[in-house]
Amino acid sequence: MIRTRSVEYGCGLGLCGACTVHLDGKAARSCQTRVSSVGARKVTTIANNNHPVQRAWIAEQVPQCGYCQSGQIMQAATLLTEKSHPTDDQIDEAMAGNLCRCGTYQRIRCAIHQAAKGA
Amino acid sequence: MAFSRRTFIYRGSAAGTGIIIGLRLPGSLLAQENDHPRASTPNPFEAFVHVKPSGEITLIVAKSEMGQGVRTGLLIPLAEELEVDLNSVTVQQAETRPDLYNHLGTGGSHSTRQNYMPLRRAGATVRELMISAAADRWNVPRNQCFAKDGSVLHRGTSRQASYGELVGAASKLPLPDPKKVPLKKESEFRLIGHRLPRVDVPAKVNGSAQFGIDVRVPEMLFAVVARCPTFGGKATSFDAAKAKAMPGVVDVFEIPALERDKFTAGGVVVVADSTWSAIQARRALEIKWDRGAATSESSDTLRKSLHAAAMGSGKRVRNDGDVDTALSNGGTVIEAVYEFPFQAHATMEPMNITIHARGNECEVWAPTQGPDWVQRTMAEILGLQPQKVIVHTTFMGGGFGRRYMADYPAEAAQIAKKINKPVQLVWTREDDMGHDFYRPASCHRFRGAVDAHGRPIAWSHTLASTSIYAMWHPDQKPEELEVGGAKQMPYAIPNVRLEYAAVKTAVPRAWWRSVEHSFNGFVVESFIDELAHAAGRDPVEFRRSLLLKATKPLVDEDDVDPLRLRRILDVAVEKSGWGRPLPKGWGRGIASYASFGSYFAEVAEVSVSKESGLKTHRIVAAVDCGVAVNPEGIRAQTEGAIIYGLSAALKTQITINNGAVEQSNFTDFDPIRINEAPPIEVYLAPSGDEAGGMGEPALPPLAPAVANAIFAATGIRLRRLPIRVKDFA
Repeated sequence: MIRTRSVEYGCGLGLCGACTVHLDGKAARSCQTRVSSVGARKVTTIANNNHPVQRAWIAEQVPQCGYCQSGQIMQAATLLTEKSHPTDDQIDEAMAGNLCRCGTYQRIRCAIHQAAKGA
Repeated sequence: MAFSRRTFIYRGSAAGTGIIIGLRLPGSLLAQENDHPRASTPNPFEAFVHVKPSGEITLIVAKSEMGQGVRTGLLIPLAEELEVDLNSVTVQQAETRPDLYNHLGTGGSHSTRQNYMPLRRAGATVRELMISAAADRWNVPRNQCFAKDGSVLHRGTSRQASYGELVGAASKLPLPDPKKVPLKKESEFRLIGHRLPRVDVPAKVNGSAQFGIDVRVPEMLFAVVARCPTFGGKATSFDAAKAKAMPGVVDVFEIPALERDKFTAGGVVVVADSTWSAIQARRALEIKWDRGAATSESSDTLRKSLHAAAMGSGKRVRNDGDVDTALSNGGTVIEAVYEFPFQAHATMEPMNITIHARGNECEVWAPTQGPDWVQRTMAEILGLQPQKVIVHTTFMGGGFGRRYMADYPAEAAQIAKKINKPVQLVWTREDDMGHDFYRPASCHRFRGAVDAHGRPIAWSHTLASTSIYAMWHPDQKPEELEVGGAKQMPYAIPNVRLEYAAVKTAVPRAWWRSVEHSFNGFVVESFIDELAHAAGRDPVEFRRSLLLKATKPLVDEDDVDPLRLRRILDVAVEKSGWGRPLPKGWGRGIASYASFGSYFAEVAEVSVSKESGLKTHRIVAAVDCGVAVNPEGIRAQTEGAIIYGLSAALKTQITINNGAVEQSNFTDFDPIRINEAPPIEVYLAPSGDEAGGMGEPALPPLAPAVANAIFAATGIRLRRLPIRVKDFA
């Protein structure tokens, strides 16, 4: 299991998305990824980044407890590389694997739209 | 340091300390804290405001940030009166030093609510001292000076001095009477009631926020515990040979279960050099369990016990008029039984804690709502003086009541007795799901009657639940302490009865977001809807006609002002467009409910069809929390409690089989996801009273609004949570 700061354990089964990182720019669940399988691929997290998605997350005041948010942000960033202006339905579909117990979903939708506008 | 209750101020003896104002904040949260009365604590203060000569301002208080925005909520009233901006003040988590701080814990939707006025007074006290110091310095009348942006200015001249420059002189001035210190008028507020960014958000977006599970200490080890799946079971023997032979494993040993206040399961501990090694080795353990007496328990048997208790009679809690006569007077009698399962907190960050015991002292990094309780628990188990246990409170990946408990700290202390290095105890998701302290299961029998004019004349409620207090405080009375919202049923019905019966279970219970209001809100707001339907009246008009002036003075924290409830009901009705036509197959439901000092009305719009099942399309929430201290926080907490409540209304439950929890992970306990999350509109309608709580009260009216909407759409009344599509589609 890849373990860096800001990558959080939530379920160990790929059900909650809290541990989502980017492998070569694409969202992956680190709890389902063996270190040996990563190879030369580049691992990216929210740490030391200032991505438009992160700025939108602040503008929309998304986080509450914040634990799932690094995974949410990484998943959202992948969505925006695939669809530059996603609809609500497309956001829901892409983000359904990322649980948030604080219930920040509505703000996540708004923040993704905002990041799409800004990008 | 010496403190005095009378002077209300501490002046540092060393030069350059600045000024420190001690604050008295209201009560501790948990009843067992009565065992440690504040009278025995040498220091009378719960929090301090510290202004340093550098101009830096700190609020030092033991309030844990678990996503509810407490740090922002506490800073706003202080910074408002202090005349500084939000970024000029920081909250510092108070150390767990019983000689310095009375600790409060964080829960019960209390933090902003109880501390709003004390913090305003503290801010105003410092501001007034600074103004006096400036007036003295310039030798001008005090009323020509005013505070702004962390400085005092002289009206008419350009003279200006920062708080940092003034603090030395200010600290020598006599303190104004904190009860008489002038407070700002509402029209002068720059911060209170304004949309402000939360102070903890940037750290949670750039990865610098440190949760309990992120704690890393040099040379640390990691531990997991194999606990008996059955509540009350224990290991009779275990073979650790295979586990000990696995790479990275340091030690395997047994810890006993602990009773009162801690309620740990005990079990077999595996300590290793990584979480992964510890979890793998735990799988290799061969343990023989004595599953104990609870194996006969299942959700089916419990459901029967709860049902039987609700059908019988309980302890009388409320008895207005003569219910029996009213029920047999020839009106239309309606009967209903409502049922609720156990619920897990399921915080996104599972339980964990890091401990380093070093002989006669101990350091702990804890994601906890109750750091002082962690300290006492650890001290007791390790045989140390409490002040020798230093607890650092980290950010928490959710609390919802779960992180008040001292079970995982107790386990960590048991482990630290054996291990001399720092150890992080980690619970896996499965551990967390199977060994929570669950929201009680309950069953409610209702009988009501409406007369020939469509007026309700009788309301009888028998509440049976697996009491929390029966477990934590068997000497106290659940019929007085676990009937919130049911006892205060606010509708003016002449004959009202409430009875309470506690039902035994081996399943651990505790406080879950909104506690008993989570089911009492559902039953009160569902049954009033049932009575409205029986009376052939619109559910809004019916409620309004019964929300009249309170007949008794409001004393208890759960007491409800019916007129305030009616007012917020009207706001929700207006904002939701109540009565406007909806597409075929859609329904609209409403619920109005007050708890934790805040008043809510929520409207749900749902549709039900064979093809797509149940869909929640829109939630409208109107809130009157007295003073809207932090509107952004109020919106966030409303949205969050609605989603948390929607999970319990539609999806999640904890069931018991052979004395053990059946659910293990987000496979079979799957909360609401983004594709199921309806748009939520929040309307603030503060009525200018005292501040109400906000962490919990948006939750209780959500589920009944949804169930009432399903009834409006289908004509089917759902009385058992979680609502399953097969119940009606």
